Amino acid sequence: MRIKNEMRLDFPAAGKNESFARLVISAFILPLNPTLEELSDVKTAVSEAVTNAIVHGYGGEEGTVRLHATLYEDDTLRVDVIDAGRGIENIELARTPFFTTCDDDAERSGMGFTVMESFMDEVRVTSKIGRGTTVRLEKRLRACDAQDARRA
Amino acid sequence: MESFPEKHCGEGNDSMLSYEKHRGRLTVRLDGELDHDRVGPIRAELDALISDPKVKHLVLDMGGVSFMDSSAIGLVIGRYKALSRRGGRVSVARTAPRVDRIFEMAGLYSIIEKLA
Repeated sequence: MRIKNEMRLDFPAAGKNESFARLVISAFILPLNPTLEELSDVKTAVSEAVTNAIVHGYGGEEGTVRLHATLYEDDTLRVDVIDAGRGIENIELARTPFFTTCDDDAERSGMGFTVMESFMDEVRVTSKIGRGTTVRLEKRLRACDAQDARRA
Repeated sequence: MESFPEKHCGEGNDSMLSYEKHRGRLTVRLDGELDHDRVGPIRAELDALISDPKVKHLVLDMGGVSFMDSSAIGLVIGRYKALSRRGGRVSVARTAPRVDRIFEMAGLYSIIEKLA
């Protein structure tokens, strides 16, 4: 499908970049005039994926997180959140609600993937131990349909 | 002085929490963006506040929260565990529909009271 717009951004795996990633993805989709709900859905899912990359992918060590966003002609947004960290041993288990590899003291709820799945149309995870993880988030921005209908 | 609310407001430093103590109830106002990065310092401040054994009921006022992801779930559950160990409780107040949606995903309202 034809690509309307695309962006790549690399940033260090630091906590402060969780909010930065949310700002960037908001700016990327804002020209489409998404609803507030769509905007929040995308921001929340990206926040979860970026936090996972920082906390689990790199586990506090240095690394680079890549945000690669593509907007297709049908207003489907695809966001790949890519890390070159330790990788996920069992993806199915990682996606189970309340599952976390962190110890109790870290107070991670294990709900990150559940939140991503609730707010996006599709969540795909590919991972290789020692090589890294890519979380692919997809969502069709329906508000655009409404605009097209009004214009027609 | 127990019967008068004790009020504190964060100034300048955005990691300082505004709170109000009234009898055994501690109401803490959370605002801005609650993500993993911010939850850490907030957790430390909350734990310092609830280390006061007089605190029996922690109310987290979510009215000023503009963004929240799943990091806040761990924050609330952690404080719930700490307070329930000594017979206390945790409530959340003024939650936006989005905050409710995330808390409901985790079944939080089966253990924590939601105040209007």
